[in-house]
Amino acid sequence: MNLRRFILIAVPYLWLVALFLVPFLIVVKISFSSAAISMPPYTPTFSLTQGWAGIENFFSQLSVDNFVFLTQDDLYWKAYLSSLQIAAISTVLTLIVAYPMAYGMARAPDEWRPTLLMLVILPFWTSFLIRVYSWMGIISDQGLLNQFLMWLGIIAEPLHIMNTSKAVYLGIVYTYLPFMILPIYAALEKMDDSLGEAAVDLGASRLSSFWLVTVPMSRPGVIAGCFLVFIPAIGEYVIPQLLGGSNTLMIGKVLWTEFFSNADWPLASSVAVVLLLILIIPIMLFQRNQQKNEEAGR
Amino acid sequence: MNKRLSWFNVTSLTLGFAFLYLPMLILIIYSFNASKLVTVWAGFSTRWYVELFHDQPFLDAAWVTLKVAVSSSTLATILGTMAAIVMVRMGRFRGRTLFSGMIYAPLVMPDVITGLSLLLLFIAIGLDRGVFTIMLAHTTFSMCYVSVVVSSRLMTFDHSLEEAALDLGASPFESFRLVTLPIILPAVVSGWLLAFTLSLDDLVIASFTTGPSATTLPMKIFSAVRLGVSPEINALSTLMISVVAIGVISASLISKRAIIRQRREEQEGGRA
Repeated sequence: MNLRRFILIAVPYLWLVALFLVPFLIVVKISFSSAAISMPPYTPTFSLTQGWAGIENFFSQLSVDNFVFLTQDDLYWKAYLSSLQIAAISTVLTLIVAYPMAYGMARAPDEWRPTLLMLVILPFWTSFLIRVYSWMGIISDQGLLNQFLMWLGIIAEPLHIMNTSKAVYLGIVYTYLPFMILPIYAALEKMDDSLGEAAVDLGASRLSSFWLVTVPMSRPGVIAGCFLVFIPAIGEYVIPQLLGGSNTLMIGKVLWTEFFSNADWPLASSVAVVLLLILIIPIMLFQRNQQKNEEAGR
Repeated sequence: MNKRLSWFNVTSLTLGFAFLYLPMLILIIYSFNASKLVTVWAGFSTRWYVELFHDQPFLDAAWVTLKVAVSSSTLATILGTMAAIVMVRMGRFRGRTLFSGMIYAPLVMPDVITGLSLLLLFIAIGLDRGVFTIMLAHTTFSMCYVSVVVSSRLMTFDHSLEEAALDLGASPFESFRLVTLPIILPAVVSGWLLAFTLSLDDLVIASFTTGPSATTLPMKIFSAVRLGVSPEINALSTLMISVVAIGVISASLISKRAIIRQRREEQEGGRA
């Protein structure tokens, strides 16, 4: 192995080990520690100055208390469950909004498509925070939506959307929509139109041709899009914080509070470790789905 | 080919894009509202823009954000491109599985976990938190995005071009500079842009990894909007949206023109 090759591999490798792997191991380690009133606020701390006895002492003080506590206090498992539930409902809603759009884009004339594609991608480049914030003035009790609906006379009392889980669904659908549209569009665009026409020629109605030909062809895109929305939505912090108010329980918010407000670092770390364990399952399924698609594409 | 949009297609596209763009449009309109009450229209005014440019903490935060974004995206582009070359061109080496895991894992890692783990690292090694630590954190997650973008480009181009350059006596560095880099340059540039916007956008990781000395723009916006809608934030958002819109639209026009020129050259080449 020559020196050039070694440097090329070593630089990004060491960077990631130092700033991704090691920090992660520290989280795992602190999740087995206990909270203490000191700086840093946990024990035991690792010190090599005491030699072997220090290491032995270190391991003997580690405990699973935090994880036991997570199962005992209702707050945590409720937060995990409600995160999963909110993520799942939002994913289905995003799919319902995204599919007709992706379908329309795939059927649009060729010269429109780059523009439509750009219109989908453009919001993705604008600040996530601003896109979430833009709904606050619309859905609040005195917001524009309520003003508009009351002016029309459809409702007499303002709708309470802000600070409920409905607002969180809306926020997730809005901000993650491009992640769902793009893979579905990519799958539909590759589809040969003559397949649908053949089905119609053979006597299928337009609807059953859509259901029996188009939908199955777009399945890989639908699955990829669902994972791309579901996985990040579970750990979401900004949307429940800004739109969900104090009524919506999500695990990202719990972790943040545990760390910043309660300064319980060991507990925050064990919340993070359990969250990762939950995420590993959908992430592995997603990886397998992507590999299968790649192989099918070849 | 029978490609006619049905009324259903037209309706879903219209409603869909209205849903995507109306909230931002409303935000832009209300940034010119004279009233401090953000839901009541009281005439056109640019006073919130004037106030924004006299708000020193906001300007400071914008400067911090820009410093972090430029430095982290540049460093991330260098590291990410190196990582992409390692992934695509270096073949097998010891620890390759771990390496590719470390490239892909940060892409799906929730921000709260990334932020928490980096903060615990910075505290463990006693690093003073501020602009520098945010920069390190942003570089780490952006380099993974850059490496995914660049490696997809590297995979599609012919390795034999590099080998030809080497056979013709170019040094490995010359072959990289004269052959590989020009071909992957569009991917490197879009990787940099992606890293830059990711850094501009990040609230959670920056909040964890910063110290009392540095506040970024998203942190400033977040603490302002937690209390409710504010006209000054509307003005700031309008500015940010316009910058991005102008950037993306001009980039797509430039690439469109490049494609047209390329096609014309190909046609002329075919005739000659």
